[in-house]
Amino acid sequence: MEFKFEIEGGNFSKAGSASSEVKKILKQLNVNPKIIKRTVVSLYEAEVNVVAHAFEGNMNVDIDTDKIVVKIEDRGPGIPDIDQAMQEGYSTATPQVREMGFGAGMGLPNIKRNSDQMNITSKVDVGTELEIINYFG
Amino acid sequence: MVKVADVVDKLNARVICGSGDMNQEIQFGFASDLMSDVLTIDTENLLLITGLNNLQTIRTSEMSDISFILFVRDKKASEEMKELACENEITLLECGHSMFRACSILNEIGLQPVY
Ligand SMILES: Nc1ncnc2c1ncn2[C@@H]1O[C@H](COP(=O)(O)OP(=O)(O)OP(=O)(O)O)[C@@H](O)[C@H]1O
Ligand SMILES: [Mg+2]
Repeated sequence: MEFKFEIEGGNFSKAGSASSEVKKILKQLNVNPKIIKRTVVSLYEAEVNVVAHAFEGNMNVDIDTDKIVVKIEDRGPGIPDIDQAMQEGYSTATPQVREMGFGAGMGLPNIKRNSDQMNITSKVDVGTELEIINYFG
Repeated sequence: MVKVADVVDKLNARVICGSGDMNQEIQFGFASDLMSDVLTIDTENLLLITGLNNLQTIRTSEMSDISFILFVRDKKASEEMKELACENEITLLECGHSMFRACSILNEIGLQPVY
């Protein structure tokens, strides 16, 4: 099963709506609740990152019998140093993003913790691509 | 374990939305205005105590399977927040206490810290 969702940069009132749809689908498929939580927390962190740090993006979801593969791609400033961005506490979030309750530099490390596989590539001034894979078994 | 009814009673809190089952029991509490931190918690049966009243508070709880949110410092939930909370069967409470006072009262009646 494949699904695609748009993500709007800067629009915090819509942030999370794509992850919410994925959660509903996984619930309907009776996936283990612990795996649903790990997956949707990862997706939500990634979705909020697009809203907070990029201009626009999309979430491509591919659900198989044994796993979910999600690609979140965005058009945006990109990440110059991924190792640095992966460190807990590193954040370039604006005051507006912090006011929304984000910008602690915890998102990317939290995605790593909550996913079985995480692949991230980025090009400065072009955008970022993040792949998250979780197995149901 | 603390009953929702006791939280309401001891904090003089208002139930803004929820199942109405005041006998539901909550084991843990986590207080933060930072959703980045809330998203790192993987404890079940949790009351989120927060002064952050925007839609992302509800979204974060939805993703984290948090079923109870207490707003402190008289922060009010918007209509949109109530709708999203109801849709996800999240109980919303509001109280006028500071976060520190709310937490100390809740700890006294038996709500446990996550770490
Ligand atoms: N999609 C993205 N586009 C551009 N930069 C990004 C993107 N995602 C992350 N970054 C960069 O990596 C940093 C770390 O991201 P991370 O998600 O760990 O923390 P944060 O978003 O700043 O705060 P938090 O996730 O705790 O709310 C960001 O501050 C930003 O500089
Ligand atoms: Mg982030």
